[in-house]
Amino acid sequence: MSDFGLQPGKYCIAKRMGAIQNKVVGPVSEELSLVQAAKRGDDSAFEELVRRYDRNVFRIAQHITQNREDAEDVVQEAFLKAYGNLQQFQEQSKFYTWLVRIAVNEALMKLRRRKPERTVSLDEDIKTEDDSLPREIADWSPNPEQQYTQSELREILSKTIQGLPPGFRTVFVLRDVEGLSTEETAAALELSVPAVKSRLLRARLQLRERLGRYFQRRENGDGKSGQKMGDAPSGDGNQ
Amino acid sequence: MKCSEFLTELTSYLDGVLDEKTKAELENHLSWCHNCYVVCDTTKKTIEIYRDSQLYELPEDLRGRLRSAIMTKCQQHKKRGPQSV
Repeated sequence: MSDFGLQPGKYCIAKRMGAIQNKVVGPVSEELSLVQAAKRGDDSAFEELVRRYDRNVFRIAQHITQNREDAEDVVQEAFLKAYGNLQQFQEQSKFYTWLVRIAVNEALMKLRRRKPERTVSLDEDIKTEDDSLPREIADWSPNPEQQYTQSELREILSKTIQGLPPGFRTVFVLRDVEGLSTEETAAALELSVPAVKSRLLRARLQLRERLGRYFQRRENGDGKSGQKMGDAPSGDGNQ
Repeated sequence: MKCSEFLTELTSYLDGVLDEKTKAELENHLSWCHNCYVVCDTTKKTIEIYRDSQLYELPEDLRGRLRSAIMTKCQQHKKRGPQSV
């Protein structure tokens, strides 16, 4: 039995599972005041916006490009473009969402330049609907991240997310790492809400499955304790 | 609820946006289906690990250099006019 409390029927599922809480980036009204001041030519207000979002933009850029130097370039180019086009920003969405859209486009352009042999776009990688169905249903060790040092864990997480197609990786990063809402992610990537939801599900399931190779419980010492989806016996709730 | 229906609703469940009726059906399914419980639990853990990982943090010294470079370029842009971006 898992230390996660995997004992169906004996736990309050709602309490154990619950919903993922989103990060809050900062008050929107404060952001708007800074944007309006920057539009009037106050560079210190724009610098405050840089200070507020540079870490986020860097993370997003490095997740997409998987290259530190490219990510640094993307941060500079995205903020410079935002500065140069600030008067065109209509204030109908959050400045951060608008900035993310610029940064994602810059990052994808870097990726295309680095991998000209491949088409890199958010529209690629659409395969069959069931390409992300779980195959291995292996339980994980308790606190699996504690089996590794911080640097080992970062290496595992980095390697694992690199394996995702850019279209899935970007949606996962915006939605789950940066905490944008589904609607904000859709707006930033110019995708429909259903497309974001579909990619997010597949990204989450693929990452889960890949991380399982490192984190799964190895009761038999062979790492093959997992079952396959659909192996579950028919129970009284299977209707 | 079948396992395939659980998968369809998983993302909305983890995001806390399911309506009460579907949420109750999903939680009933999780209460007896071990496989789906494991998928739900490990998917949630996947999200939390990435969210808490501090992967690709921007070091303070690099952050300072980048900000300085950005503001210098912005000021150059201002001097040159709006055609320069």
